[in-house]
Amino acid sequence: MEKNNVKISIEDLNFWYNSKQILFNIDLKLYSKKITALIGPSGCGKSTLLRCINRMNDLIPISKFDGKIFYNNEDIYEKNTDVIELRKKVGMVFQKPNPFPMSIFDNVAYGLRIQNMTDKNKIKQIVKESLEKADLWEEVKDRLNLSAFRLSGGQQQRLCIARSLAINPEIILLDEPCSALDPLATAKIESLLRKLKDERTIIIVTHNMHQAKRISDYTCYLLNGKVIEYSGTAEMFDNPKNKLTKDYIQGVFG
Amino acid sequence: MVNEHVKQNVYFILFRIATFLSIVVLLFILLFIFKEGVGVIDIKFLTSMWSHRDITQGGIFPAIIGTIFLAIGVSIISIPIGICTAIYLNEYAKENLLTRTIKLAIRNLAGVPSIVYGIFGLAFFVLFLKLGGSLIAASLTLGFMTLPWIITASEEALKAVPLSFREGSYALGATKWQTVRKNVLPHSFSGMLTGSILGISRAMGETAPIIMVGATFFMGYLPTSPFDKFMALPYHLFILATQHSSPYAREYALGTALVLIALIFMFNFGVFVLRYKLRRKKEW
Repeated sequence: MEKNNVKISIEDLNFWYNSKQILFNIDLKLYSKKITALIGPSGCGKSTLLRCINRMNDLIPISKFDGKIFYNNEDIYEKNTDVIELRKKVGMVFQKPNPFPMSIFDNVAYGLRIQNMTDKNKIKQIVKESLEKADLWEEVKDRLNLSAFRLSGGQQQRLCIARSLAINPEIILLDEPCSALDPLATAKIESLLRKLKDERTIIIVTHNMHQAKRISDYTCYLLNGKVIEYSGTAEMFDNPKNKLTKDYIQGVFG
Repeated sequence: MVNEHVKQNVYFILFRIATFLSIVVLLFILLFIFKEGVGVIDIKFLTSMWSHRDITQGGIFPAIIGTIFLAIGVSIISIPIGICTAIYLNEYAKENLLTRTIKLAIRNLAGVPSIVYGIFGLAFFVLFLKLGGSLIAASLTLGFMTLPWIITASEEALKAVPLSFREGSYALGATKWQTVRKNVLPHSFSGMLTGSILGISRAMGETAPIIMVGATFFMGYLPTSPFDKFMALPYHLFILATQHSSPYAREYALGTALVLIALIFMFNFGVFVLRYKLRRKKEW
């Protein structure tokens, strides 16, 4: 594997949900300014792993975590970690577009306002920039006060990306962001992600192998909560080392 | 084998009859009270002080005022406490045995008969806290009686807010309170209001508990402080219907009932308008 800056280092991670173990001894290094795809069949634990990185699993009371995740060389599961600060640096986009029931503008401004930013011009400026970065500005610039629910699914998902970009995260986690979208909207999101990796680290969960192949630099194949194979994407798809990986990417899974 | 179409029609007719019956009974009650009571209603009846000797010479103004004051007092006590409790139970409290027990207890409290709240109010607020029979003792008693309904309804309203709103907010680095205030409360407020209103409407019509904690049949002046006794429409109606010797008592009782219903309808309608305005904003 080529030499790169490690952004996130996961060490010996185990995760239980309601006393059922979901993730087993995960060790993974995720690289800065690259797209890493987590692939695997439904229920393999890829979304759970993703949600460990911004501690979204904290919201589930009956879960148990063991192990370490280093982000910029600090263990985010240490007692004195500020989870709020962590989530400002590690943004997340969900499987189903989840705009808030407010205007397009207010959706993007939400993250700024909760940080008590009051300068209206500055907010306007950042909202515009974020929508531009998410390739949505041209489509919505004349109707920023429209309810976000009036947008199409693909537009809503790009709005959610803009919303997370507004607070300038270093890392963006995407949990099957295209699974509810048509091919055209998917293509738009994919080209957007390629652009975003110039500045940010992107980790995307997908059960669409072709999507992983198209956009990611690294791919990690998970099965039953374990990492089966992790390598450069081209390497993995051209020459999988593990038979299980080979079966999965050739579609003879099972 | 019974034809599925026949079965379908039988059930359809059954549901229709049930709906029809409930509407007819309700309409009958309303029409009866309206027909029998509307005769005594005029400006004097609505705005004069009560005349005890000759009831045709006076009105029920102090009872109307008493019931309105009571509704305000109950709202001030039960709405804030009820909504805050619901927020705590639904958003903050960990889901464990204690929380579940508390929730179950609250649901059961909603079924405790009002007279039991009355005797508690008499023992605790009136006698132990020495508030005497007064508006404030009655407001506290009815307020605590209404609390379980408001808590339960508010919890349901909070639960109806999709998890995805909360997750989206947390993912942007919002604290729990920011999430609740900006992304949960605005979308559950109209539901909370509905629940609160049902509770307070019930409280406005309560008779048994307020007899014990400060309602009086005849008072020559309007209450000027929370520590005064008060007249109230339901109690007034009860006395007129059962204890009063005047030949006009029955008619005046029905007139009083009509005013009470009208007051509660007006109250509900006001909240309905408010809720409609709030709801127009939300689309999901």
